[in-house]
Amino acid sequence: MDQRPRETGGEGRVIVQVVEQERLTRDVFRLWIEMEQDTPWSPGQFFYVRVGEGLDHVLRRPISLSEAVADRRFALVYRVVGAGTRWLAGRRPGSALDVLGPLGRGFPLHPGDGRVLVIGGGVGVPPLIQLAREVRRRGVEVTAVVGFREARDVMLVDELAALGPVRLLTEDGSAGMPGRVTDALEEDLLRGADRFYACGPSPMLQAVQGKLSGHLPGYLSLEERMGCGIGVCMGCVHPLRRADGSLVYRRVCADGPVFPAEEVAFS
Amino acid sequence: MDVDLSVELAGIRLHNPVMPASGCFSYGREMSRWYDLSRLGAIVVKGTTLEPRPGNPTPRVAETPSGMLNAIGLQNPGVDRVITEELPALRHYGVPVIVNVAGSVVEEYVETARRLSRSRDVAGLELNISCPNVRCGGMHFGTDPDMAAEVTAAVKAVSRVPVFVKLSPNVTDIVALAQAVERAGADGLSMINTLVGMRIDIERRRPILANFFGGLSGPAIKPVALRMIYEVSRVVRIPIIGMGGITSGEDAVEFFMAGASAVAVGTANFIKPTACVDILDELAAWCRNHGVRAVRELIGAAQKGWNQ
Repeated sequence: MDQRPRETGGEGRVIVQVVEQERLTRDVFRLWIEMEQDTPWSPGQFFYVRVGEGLDHVLRRPISLSEAVADRRFALVYRVVGAGTRWLAGRRPGSALDVLGPLGRGFPLHPGDGRVLVIGGGVGVPPLIQLAREVRRRGVEVTAVVGFREARDVMLVDELAALGPVRLLTEDGSAGMPGRVTDALEEDLLRGADRFYACGPSPMLQAVQGKLSGHLPGYLSLEERMGCGIGVCMGCVHPLRRADGSLVYRRVCADGPVFPAEEVAFS
Repeated sequence: MDVDLSVELAGIRLHNPVMPASGCFSYGREMSRWYDLSRLGAIVVKGTTLEPRPGNPTPRVAETPSGMLNAIGLQNPGVDRVITEELPALRHYGVPVIVNVAGSVVEEYVETARRLSRSRDVAGLELNISCPNVRCGGMHFGTDPDMAAEVTAAVKAVSRVPVFVKLSPNVTDIVALAQAVERAGADGLSMINTLVGMRIDIERRRPILANFFGGLSGPAIKPVALRMIYEVSRVVRIPIIGMGGITSGEDAVEFFMAGASAVAVGTANFIKPTACVDILDELAAWCRNHGVRAVRELIGAAQKGWNQ
């Protein structure tokens, strides 16, 4: 895996086999797919998944790569929010799935790092699993800070705990510490950290950026409603701040979804 | 049996009649990773304006049953950068390039068209008088026959290449619009642009799109597009590029039979990036299976016997 994540597109559209479908919480599922051949990937990339039969759904669903096994088997974790993802949750082992990907530019890794923070909220936690594994494999220490709304939303903490210390928070205090991820980002945690990687809902990312800006360099993985998924429609743009202070829209699907934290602008 | 897929559009010869619809292809760079762009009949690039435009805030897209809404807002780098940075890369595919031209006022259309039509990389212009997603300009040119004629005539006066006018379906009488731009000198028509629609996020109690309204495209609008092309092709003599929900070779056949001389593929590119060339293959196979030697034979085939 290169330090600079690959460019998007042209990897192919493939019909893959559903290997396993697990329910992680009341509305979050982990779907394992297997590609026909070894497929290059990097943590933080996503698959663009066709849902439904016929032409009822014309837009695919972007779902981040959560885990990778032997460059061939991938876990996709998603929340059921409507008819399309409900259909996806109904796919059983052995059924076929039409996917594009992996697409996008994932999390850049930095060889000199000694310890990094991974910060996730809700369904933003899954892409951090494989990232944390890749970082650990390189001998870098990982501390995870993950937040959920309440105890019954908590997921994938064991996977992260196998890789390093985890700070768990819930908004209502029903599991872990009460509060939000930013409440855990105190000085003792930042000391000795070289970088952070964050994925979660936009308000969380904005809060993380506000708290860590000027203290620690890092990356944010963004989410936007997508059209094409491959960079042609300009549907999923997000404003970034250029060095001269001006704003420019960049495509989350093709230029991201991961961007340097200091460049991301929030309205 | 080899099927002759070639068609002619206002003097532009196409080796086949399938092209991407504007806005669903950007300037080709990304799609070239998915298939050989020389397989396309023509390349239609994104709506281009005189000055760079950032486009609308997000969310810009939303799904609807068998369709989608978009309100991109003509994000583009401006005509000069399109000419110097984007179009030259398309040269070596050997396929005619049609550039979609948008603007807010007549003078902006004219200047953008003038610069583009002097580029060796541009074979034709598609005048976008029907974009529903920009507050100032765009669609109001396409809903008033006099204004549509005015902007068409003004662009024709400066253009060195054929000018296709992309008509809006958001009108009471599309025939009147088509006839107005034909009289004003249009070399061809593109039909149809998106239909204005909206969706509401019921949890947040507000429209999903930041722009409130967006353009509806996809299979849901196919019957509207076919009806409008059918009506217009009976009364104009200029060729029509048909578009609106084409996702298969059979869909393309319907558009030819309604009166289109070529077809453009939009939303289907989002269902699968290879949609244009897949549809082309299916179209050729359909013709072979039905003993159709030349796709030209299909143009207007369903018009026979319809009297009104």
